[in-house]
Amino acid sequence: MSKQKKSLNIQGKQQRAGWVFLAPAAIMIAVFSFYPMVQAFITSFTTGTGVNQRMAEPLFYNYTRMFADRTFLRSVGNTFLYLAIEVPIMLVLAILLAQLLNNRDLKFRGLFRTMVFLPCATSLVSYALIFKSLFAVDGLINTIFVNLGIFESNYNFLGNTGSARAIIIIALIWRWTGYNMVFYLAGLQNIEYSVYEAAKIDGANGWKTFWKITVPLLMPTIVMTVIMSINGTLQLFDESVNLTQGGPAYSTITMSHYIYNNAFGLGVGKFGYASAMSFFIFILVAILSAISMKVGDNRD
Amino acid sequence: MTKKNSSAIQRRLIPTYIFLIIVSFISVFPLYWMIAAATNRSVDVARGKITFGAYALENFQKLTQQTDLWGALGNSFLYAIVQTVVALLVCSLAGYGFELYHDKWKDKVFSILLLAMMIPQVATMIPLFKMISSAGLLNTVWAFILPSISTPFLIMMFRQNSRNFPVDIMEAARLDGLSELQIYFRMYMPVMKSTYAAAAVITFMNAWNSYLWPKVVMADTRAQTMPMLIANLASGYTVDYGVLMMGVLFCSIPTMIIFFVLQKQFAEGITGSVK
Repeated sequence: MSKQKKSLNIQGKQQRAGWVFLAPAAIMIAVFSFYPMVQAFITSFTTGTGVNQRMAEPLFYNYTRMFADRTFLRSVGNTFLYLAIEVPIMLVLAILLAQLLNNRDLKFRGLFRTMVFLPCATSLVSYALIFKSLFAVDGLINTIFVNLGIFESNYNFLGNTGSARAIIIIALIWRWTGYNMVFYLAGLQNIEYSVYEAAKIDGANGWKTFWKITVPLLMPTIVMTVIMSINGTLQLFDESVNLTQGGPAYSTITMSHYIYNNAFGLGVGKFGYASAMSFFIFILVAILSAISMKVGDNRD
Repeated sequence: MTKKNSSAIQRRLIPTYIFLIIVSFISVFPLYWMIAAATNRSVDVARGKITFGAYALENFQKLTQQTDLWGALGNSFLYAIVQTVVALLVCSLAGYGFELYHDKWKDKVFSILLLAMMIPQVATMIPLFKMISSAGLLNTVWAFILPSISTPFLIMMFRQNSRNFPVDIMEAARLDGLSELQIYFRMYMPVMKSTYAAAAVITFMNAWNSYLWPKVVMADTRAQTMPMLIANLASGYTVDYGVLMMGVLFCSIPTMIIFFVLQKQFAEGITGSVK
């Protein structure tokens, strides 16, 4: 009886120790994530700048203003354009590369993997500046195209809406394909190689193997990379700021970039308005994550 | 027989090789170009020169004259190292607590903390800026690291990887009179070495590369980081490509070295808790 009580005491002590260990991390997330999120929500109902911050009249002013703000709507449109084009191309390419690199008959696998993975070693600002320089009016791509006779004169890639958007998408694919491939390679390693050997003996071709074995078994990984990519794309910032400066005429600006401009860009900080827009992104991220998770569940 | 077979296999793989070579070339070329451009004069870069030149030293000297290169490098290293050490300590302790002392309530707290993954950085940026500035911490290492010390990603990574931690040795250690915290330092940390390595690599990389948050709280030139330095270098009216790419090179060298030396840990760090 007393022995049991004693062991319960020890267990209780251990459980308390567990709480002490997780407390610093939990408190920091509460203070530096949850609390600011609540604050942002409250701020989104205020107008004015600096010390003159006051409740908005009417309360939803920032939210109604947001949907009448053409630049904001354009930034939403741009972000979804990047999402709709970049994410599918990148993820398909990443799965394809992972599938090809998972072949044990392939030579130089490690070397290929390292090279495809290499863009991840550069910071976002670095690669944005490299692409900006490559596609500049006097940049290498123009020089090559003019010398090959494809262009008559240098083309202002970053000064035209269509090409500027295309370059952001190309740059994103370049930077993130290898990153996603790493997830798929890790996922493929969990699939017994003998499954593939068996499929081969049964006469399944590469295409069939890909759709019947790789994709279903990788489904949890695919769902996760989709969520991460959506999350990342909705928060794009570095590329918009450094590759195109959001231009020409806001035609490539992302939501985060526009919010930053409103809060900390030139002129006075419109904290209330910026918070309302940022809350909109939060809702988007939450909804899209929920949808992706639902889709993933149904496939199981 | 097998040899013939394998050469037939290799023949069938030719399209694969060609595809992989093209993809590899596209992946590597912009980085090669960056290094080559750092050694050339701006006019030559604009003319399309893609071989190495003799102007590396000149570009480097111009870079150090135009910017506070050493200051920014020092800042970036300081912020990234402090963030890595503190984040690893806080998050691994939490992962240890959540997994090895888990009960119903701790699991509930954990799933609440995971919700923080959905919070976009721009959403907390303004309130955090107000907090940091009213605490008088702008342009200090604390401003840089505080919001990113405790992340659900790292906690989850340590928690998931703790699943393999042998619980028996904890009992043995308790019988030997070790306290719970001593078990963490003397048993958990050494056993979890590889998780720490992967977590360190990914945290360092993220800290080194971060741009939006430092741009908000590290406005003082003396506090600026490498990504901020090169972004400023490129925002001028005329850009000296040679000097700019020398800056980009300096911003990339530390992460490149980590990539080549610790690629396995980097890959593990990216995939984190995925098993």
